[in-house]
Amino acid sequence: MIENKIDWLTIILYAAILLFGWLNIYAACYDESQSSILDFGTKHGKQIYWIGVSLLLAVVITHIKPTLYSSTAYLIYLFVLVLLVITLVIGTVTNGGKSWIDFGFFRFQASEFAKFATALALAKYISSLDNDSDYRNFHNKVVAWTLILIPVALIMLQHDTGSALVFAGFLLPLYRHGMSGKILVIGLVAVVLFILALLVDNFIIIGVLAAIALLYLFVWLSKRTRKHYLWVTAIFLICSLFTFSVDIVFNNVLEEHQQKRIYVMLGKIEDKQGTGYNQYQSKIAIGSGGLTGKGFLKGTITKADFVPEQETDFIFCTVGEEWGFLGGTTVVLLYVALLLRIVRLAERQRSRFSRFYGYSVASILFFHFFVNIGMVLGLVPVIGIPLPFFSYGGSSLMAFTILLFIFLRLDQSRTELV
Amino acid sequence: MSRDLYQERSNVIRIILITVAIVFIVRLAILQIFDKSYREKADQQALRTITQYPARGLIYDRNGELLVYNEAVYDLMVIPRMTKKLDTAMFCRVLGITLDEFNSRMKKASRYSTYSPSIFMKQVSKEEYASWQSHLYKFHGFYVQQRTLRVYDKPIAAHVLGYVGEVDDNDIKIDSTYYHQGDYIGKSGLEKSYEEVLRGIKGKRIMHVDVHNREIGPYMHGNFDTMAVEGGNLYTTIDASLQEYAEKIMANKRGCIVAIEPSTGEVLALASAPSYDPNLLVGRIRGKNYILLANDISNPLFNRALQAQYPPGSIFKVAQAMTALNLGVITPNQGFPCDKNLVGCHNHPSARSVREAIKMSCNPYFYYTYRRIIQQGKFKSIYEDSPYGLTVWNEYMHRFGFGTRLGIDLPNVKSGRIPDTAFYNNRIVGGVPLRGKWAFSTIYSNSIGQGEVEVVPIQMANLACIVANRGYYITPHLVRYYGPDSTRNEEFYTHHETGIRPEYFDIAAAGMYDVVHAPGGTAHRANIPDIDICGKTGTAQNSGDDHSVFICFAPKDKPKIAVAVYVENARGGGGYWAAPIASLIVEKYIRGEVTRKDVERMYRETNPCQKLPLPVRYKKKKK
Repeated sequence: MIENKIDWLTIILYAAILLFGWLNIYAACYDESQSSILDFGTKHGKQIYWIGVSLLLAVVITHIKPTLYSSTAYLIYLFVLVLLVITLVIGTVTNGGKSWIDFGFFRFQASEFAKFATALALAKYISSLDNDSDYRNFHNKVVAWTLILIPVALIMLQHDTGSALVFAGFLLPLYRHGMSGKILVIGLVAVVLFILALLVDNFIIIGVLAAIALLYLFVWLSKRTRKHYLWVTAIFLICSLFTFSVDIVFNNVLEEHQQKRIYVMLGKIEDKQGTGYNQYQSKIAIGSGGLTGKGFLKGTITKADFVPEQETDFIFCTVGEEWGFLGGTTVVLLYVALLLRIVRLAERQRSRFSRFYGYSVASILFFHFFVNIGMVLGLVPVIGIPLPFFSYGGSSLMAFTILLFIFLRLDQSRTELV
Repeated sequence: MSRDLYQERSNVIRIILITVAIVFIVRLAILQIFDKSYREKADQQALRTITQYPARGLIYDRNGELLVYNEAVYDLMVIPRMTKKLDTAMFCRVLGITLDEFNSRMKKASRYSTYSPSIFMKQVSKEEYASWQSHLYKFHGFYVQQRTLRVYDKPIAAHVLGYVGEVDDNDIKIDSTYYHQGDYIGKSGLEKSYEEVLRGIKGKRIMHVDVHNREIGPYMHGNFDTMAVEGGNLYTTIDASLQEYAEKIMANKRGCIVAIEPSTGEVLALASAPSYDPNLLVGRIRGKNYILLANDISNPLFNRALQAQYPPGSIFKVAQAMTALNLGVITPNQGFPCDKNLVGCHNHPSARSVREAIKMSCNPYFYYTYRRIIQQGKFKSIYEDSPYGLTVWNEYMHRFGFGTRLGIDLPNVKSGRIPDTAFYNNRIVGGVPLRGKWAFSTIYSNSIGQGEVEVVPIQMANLACIVANRGYYITPHLVRYYGPDSTRNEEFYTHHETGIRPEYFDIAAAGMYDVVHAPGGTAHRANIPDIDICGKTGTAQNSGDDHSVFICFAPKDKPKIAVAVYVENARGGGGYWAAPIASLIVEKYIRGEVTRKDVERMYRETNPCQKLPLPVRYKKKKK
């Protein structure tokens, strides 16, 4: 067996994020009256424990035969689906959602583990196709999306919208493995139109769309064929229809708190005491950090509990306040470095299973990174998902560690896996 | 192994990752580097600055008697955002306010800011505070801040001391680094002119508070905290007992008394009537009383001693005699006939010297004298000669401190008026400008302190000082030294010379001695046994009844006190009202007590002018 060295660069980036994350959890929970770092009654104390368990998991994962992951992919997937169902039945209700199974000392969140399980199953399925272009086959599309949507549905039933949204991250590995790029473009256009429809009068949008369509037809298009006219008209009509439907969907499908969060993000309503409170406070915390920050343990906003969830979803506030622009930028760069490294590793895989899985890892981490920091910076509506390896929480740290280290294990054996 | 068909797509994914990173970094830069408002907002909500107000400096009289001191009061502060869980009914019961009152006060506070503290109830007395202090911890969002208020044991010297009030927008604009909404500032009197000495330096404590407004601890271990530094004390020149005496005499009159120590320029007493009890303008009763005082038709807030511009009457003749002697236009033994055709006079023999002229206050004598000053014969045309003479005269009058603001250490002093050529040139009489058409005959009334001349009472007292000093004055002032280093103002040690020879002032002093002591003098009522008092009477004509004026100093040699008394609309002339009142002040100061009890009783109890309005009833502080 030809074994390559494990990719230490990824591990170093992982460790750096883990360490900086813990420092900020410590700062967010810091209380002068508590002195011991290892006190398991505190969150930073518990996090040390979770880090230990995760590192242990990492060691175990990297010593398992790599073929085992592809051979048991469906089994793991099924197992996690069962866990999700069990959660629905016996789960603990918190914040209106039911996504935890309480083991007393440890509260287990199955949705965190659904991510890598789905990634494995999907990678297994895509690699079982003869060729990447086979994805275009309708039957294959249905199977692939069914694999994604089953856990999504179960998680939605737990009222954990944030975790369910993460599965949109699978668009990127699918794109890399044959999905049409138009889907990404359509998705982007849909998001832009959605935001515009909420901000601007619908008739203005349609007017602008019509102008673009006409400009395209008469100015840029030299070969005016009948087919083009039809296409442009169709796209224009679909866009217009979509624009008009946004209000209906927005008002009837989304829940009230979701509507408000979106309005706050768009700046349409300013509710510093209610819905907008978290983001307003997180912007104050980050904005007051300045260039170099207020210094470790010296944040006045985070120390005073103004920001809710500051050790979990809003952990980036502490970075911004205490480490300033330099610290915040460092964190962003660490993540981008890690993500680009994973993409690079994925590209050097010879096996499509490994590559697809690698892209899934990068995409899931990216989606978390994008939504979490975007939310804290007020660019994305409030969606409660953690910052990978950084936020406090045992389930998410372990699940992300498993997710990443399975890929590192696959990468180690890249020459023999085909 | 199957072919990798979409390898180039990895670059699209890389571009997406990098784009998001750039967006985040730009956003971070905007929030943290370019937008400074977040830092302010953060400090505003997580830090609470508690201002430590220094005690205002104390004010003493010349003998070390305490005139003004402070008492502690408490401002009840509220942070509206923190009061959501307040038991309003209990709160109102404990504080003894109605629900309506509570609501209106809360509304006012919320309008200012829901995050920052503002005053809920101001200047709560020690006793009242003690009655609910133990309940305060139950009321989230409320705390007290200690402040100080002025206390005056004796209700005297209101015009000198002035009063303290809350800063207005203008005060904040002038010095926004020191003053903030709700601060106090000296609004008038010494409180205003020595504001920077008296106010001290504010201290601050910065507390770190959490989201529930609980204090977590001192911010940055108190490294940014500062201690309050108490205000500097003022050691004034006022003699409290003399001041009190002067005010008692003037209580039922309109006018003023100014007493100065000639050798130093120190103001011993400065009383303006009607006056008011300075305690009226302190604390919560201040607002209502201020409106009453400001609307009182007898105008008790008006400080006549510094702000009233009166015709001086005959006391002005002293300065004319000195000017004429120094110019050489008359000699000490100059005689002039008492020609009542020129200007009215009382019955007396013609004066044969300057000394006699002062004693008898002969109007025609000073008509002649003034004519010699104004028309010196330098030009053929009287229309050229008179402007020349007037300019010379004007300059002399300024040397006496007339027509100019004396640099006294009180605000809003007036200059009075000594007319100059421009004044007459621009004057319009009967629709015709006087330019080039006026001469001595137009302006002769100035010679006897009437006409266009106006003088402020402090300048009259200063004239008495000049004669007492035989030719110079020191700017009248009310503070000897102040602050912990006993700082003195050098200006108050400078001799302002008139440039007139002292011998001439000996003649003036002799004439003024005769006014009180010699047969034919105009102020026998000012005679004090065993004290050589020198004075000059004046009866100032005006639109109403004559004003009664008297300036004096005593003793004749090495004078200890110079006094000016001005009683408005007091029929009977300077000799009848102002002179005896001035003599009482002199006797009180030199002897410590007044032996002439009958004189004292008469002038304390009699009201020279029945037209004085009844005093308004002011709200008194609850004891």
